[in-house]
Amino acid sequence: MTAPISSYPEPRAPERFRTVNASGIKLKVYEWGDLARPPILLAHGGFDFARTFDAFAPLLAHAGFRVVAWDQRGHGRSDHAALYSQQGDLRDALAVMDSVTQDPVIVIGHSKGGSIVVNLAASVPHRVSSVTSIDGVPTRRPQFGIERRDSPAALLAAGEAWLDSRLKSTTGSRATGSVEDLAMRRSKMNPRLDITWLRYLVTVGAVPVNEGWRWPVDPALAFETMGPWTAWESLERTREIAVPILLVLGTEHEGESRAMSADELVGYLPSHARIAEISGAGHFCHIEQPSLVAAHILRHLGR
Amino acid sequence: MLRHNKIDLALWHLAQGAGGLPLLCLHGLGERTDSFTTSAASTWKGPVLGLDFAGHGASSTALGGGYSTDSLIWDVDAALDYIGESALLGRGLGAYIALLVAGMRPTAVRGTVLLDGPGLSDATTAPRPDHLIRVPVTTRPDPIALAELLNEPRRPELARTFARQAALFSGLDPAIAVVAASRPPWLAATIEVAGVAETDVLLALEMFQS
Repeated sequence: MTAPISSYPEPRAPERFRTVNASGIKLKVYEWGDLARPPILLAHGGFDFARTFDAFAPLLAHAGFRVVAWDQRGHGRSDHAALYSQQGDLRDALAVMDSVTQDPVIVIGHSKGGSIVVNLAASVPHRVSSVTSIDGVPTRRPQFGIERRDSPAALLAAGEAWLDSRLKSTTGSRATGSVEDLAMRRSKMNPRLDITWLRYLVTVGAVPVNEGWRWPVDPALAFETMGPWTAWESLERTREIAVPILLVLGTEHEGESRAMSADELVGYLPSHARIAEISGAGHFCHIEQPSLVAAHILRHLGR
Repeated sequence: MLRHNKIDLALWHLAQGAGGLPLLCLHGLGERTDSFTTSAASTWKGPVLGLDFAGHGASSTALGGGYSTDSLIWDVDAALDYIGESALLGRGLGAYIALLVAGMRPTAVRGTVLLDGPGLSDATTAPRPDHLIRVPVTTRPDPIALAELLNEPRRPELARTFARQAALFSGLDPAIAVVAASRPPWLAATIEVAGVAETDVLLALEMFQS
């Protein structure tokens, strides 16, 4: 692993804030760029929030787009939901889309958001004009499917741990701390990101409480599910997509995750798909190299 | 009512019984516990209980949906946590969920009976998230629950894996009784596992309550 690059991308707060009601769940929506411009729907990753796009979204807005991001259910300033699922996220995305236009839109997603936009394009093809997935492909070693344990005893232990954590995880909230505490905690998940940027994310993403700050993400959210991880199945749906599709991949692997390489991906993609590798950048390549990632996407969009 | 995370689950006590192992009834897609009132469960000697899944019957709905195989498993596990060791009797979708729970909680589930019922099979074994309906939810069952759960895959490989787990770790033989006549792919895969028996419902219930 190469050393983290120490650049602090210049963030810009959204120009407009609003709320969308998605079948009873209130979603916070954030916009950059002129209302009359062609819209781009921007989906964040798991345990992230829309304002992690504060450095990246303005670059797309500056190129002549209306960029619309939202906090997914349970994330950021949006409502916590009773239940979470890929279908729930897709229905929420459609609600945000409906609040913008009935015409086909450009969709871009990072990580879990990449799965969301690929599934949107496969599920409501008449609503999507172009797809970009930023480091949204599965890791080579799928660590999220409970049934993929290699022995019956390991599977038994994993299943019981999964159920036990669900039985007790469901109330309460994330631990509180100072800006520095939260930035350092996040730094363990995102080791390549500049600490100055992580401090900024705390101030726009965490909630101030008496003793300091707290991430508002719902403690009931979990990555691990029964059956194949949704990212794999999203990858398998990629071939169904007829509109232009771009996969942006960071070449640097973070922690234990080892993303699939461009060579491995080709077999899953329709022949018109394009891959852009961002060399020297990791999972958050749009934060490490916002201008380069934006340039790839703008070329994909014909700008 | 059983509070589980943000959902209130209706757990019905259908029969007091004369003591012994409880039987937990799990209804099919779009049904509620009263689907069992005329069933063979009346021959069970111990207490008989029934769970309304989230979005169904007297249980609360999940605002904005998010129903999944996972969430149904959690519903049943919350009920098991409350009741303790039980046998499971599942109809349709409830049968699929009962099988997975039996494989994940093989010491708490003391026998599982799989019956025909709504949601036993579905159109696909891969997710097709194209039921993205958006409606105001004022009716039961929750129309979003029906659309999402109809669309959830019933996976043969999961069914096979957890049937094996139930047979391996429960100490029961058979651990699973298949009474259903339908043979969707997940149930065909289940029947091939050692420790799964095809029988009739009265024999199955008698076997598990002794």
